[in-house]
Amino acid sequence: MTEMGLYRPGRSVVHRLPAGPKLAALVLFGIGTVLLDHLWQVGIALLVVLFGYRVAGTSLPAALHTAWFQVRPLWWMLAAIGVFHAVTAGWQAAVTVVGSLLGLILLAALVTLTTRTIELVDVVVRVIRPVRRIGIDPERVGLLLTLGIRAVPVVANLAGQVRDAQRARGLATSVRAFAVPLVVRALRHADRMGEALAARGVDD
Amino acid sequence: MIEIENVTHTYGHGEQSRTVLRDVSVRISEDRVGVIGANGSGKSTFVRLLNGLILPTQGRVRVDGLDTAREGRKVRQRVGFCFTDPDAQIVMPTVAEDVAFGLRRRGLSATEIQQRVRQALQQHGLADHADHPAHLLSGGQKQLLALSAVLVTEPSLLVMDEPTTLLDLRNARDVAERVAGLPQQVVLVTHHLDLLADYDRVLVFDDTRLVFDGTPADSVAFYRKLMS
Ligand SMILES: Nc1ncnc2c1ncn2[C@@H]1O[C@H](COP(=O)(O)OP(=O)(O)OP(=O)(O)O)[C@@H](O)[C@H]1O
Ligand SMILES: [Mg+2]
Repeated sequence: MTEMGLYRPGRSVVHRLPAGPKLAALVLFGIGTVLLDHLWQVGIALLVVLFGYRVAGTSLPAALHTAWFQVRPLWWMLAAIGVFHAVTAGWQAAVTVVGSLLGLILLAALVTLTTRTIELVDVVVRVIRPVRRIGIDPERVGLLLTLGIRAVPVVANLAGQVRDAQRARGLATSVRAFAVPLVVRALRHADRMGEALAARGVDD
Repeated sequence: MIEIENVTHTYGHGEQSRTVLRDVSVRISEDRVGVIGANGSGKSTFVRLLNGLILPTQGRVRVDGLDTAREGRKVRQRVGFCFTDPDAQIVMPTVAEDVAFGLRRRGLSATEIQQRVRQALQQHGLADHADHPAHLLSGGQKQLLALSAVLVTEPSLLVMDEPTTLLDLRNARDVAERVAGLPQQVVLVTHHLDLLADYDRVLVFDDTRLVFDGTPADSVAFYRKLMS
């Protein structure tokens, strides 16, 4: 749980770019990849993204390493998509599609690595401002997003504790013996966090 | 100035109701006040009354003349609260963001917020960790972060519910020393009795009641006898 795809401080141009334009670029890139149908186009797109990593202050090997780290959890999905396209449309189509997706994942990772979470959330809050008209508070949505991000390492940690407790008592690893205490702990944690939020004036 | 008048607190209703504080009255104007007592004696409930997290079933709680039941918002702006488990208090993914969180909606400019956050982190030795993910800090650093995040809002009263219980001896001392140096009025609940030696006053709770109120030495002696 030590390495998450979260913000890494830096002073590069990519870091200093406001979150809004970065997210917009990500969306445009996403739309753009649909239009790519030649290998060389995909190659250029990937090079552009890797160049982004380079500008963000990492050496090329480090950039590749970071990139690989971001892609690793999704590699089986990419492989499945690649195989599917290779079988139905040939290897060139497969490389084009997988390459485009790869570029998109890498660019998304670059944005999260170079932008503070709170800035990303602020953009979301700004963009969804119209939902206020249907009675939803965009600030609330933003807070929910942030708490969600914060909850990932906390719940992972709780899961580790539950697993250790089970091992210590020599319990076999049944799903139920794992899930029940984890849910109980998570709820207790949520309770305490609610209390802390109230103490910090969130409801005022 | 904290004024607590004839406060009784009951959790729940009807059959399952449970009274955990009975007829507590106390006025606190001292700068350093400790709260001790056995598990379940009502300490946490008592201190949660001080920022209106819990409203008394009967009686009245006022902080600087503000009734917690009627002016909860204003009370919470004056009263900072520090809990036992720092993980539950840290609500933002990175250190600086969490400190900044308490300064939202106060009409401060972005640069002002940045400045105050930097200062707060410096004061508590976290300046080098500003952009680190909060979950990578040690337990002691997490508690310092929670403390900075509370203090950056400049409360006039700091309430702490067992802030050192999960810490090792060194970190517990460190937190206690930082607290000792604060200009704020402090109410501290703790089972670490030695941390209270320099306090002005210590309250002892037992089985829903405030049973003793005196100097640290007298209160701790009373508590030890009670437990033996
Ligand atoms: N939300 C709640 N609902 C019902 N009962 C509660 C609730 N919170 C606390 N209690 C009960 O109130 C009593 C006093 O609890 P409190 O947390 O104030 O004790 P404490 O002195 O802080 O104890 P400790 O030293 O263990 O923290 C306990 O018996 C507890 O079980
Ligand atoms: Mg308690």
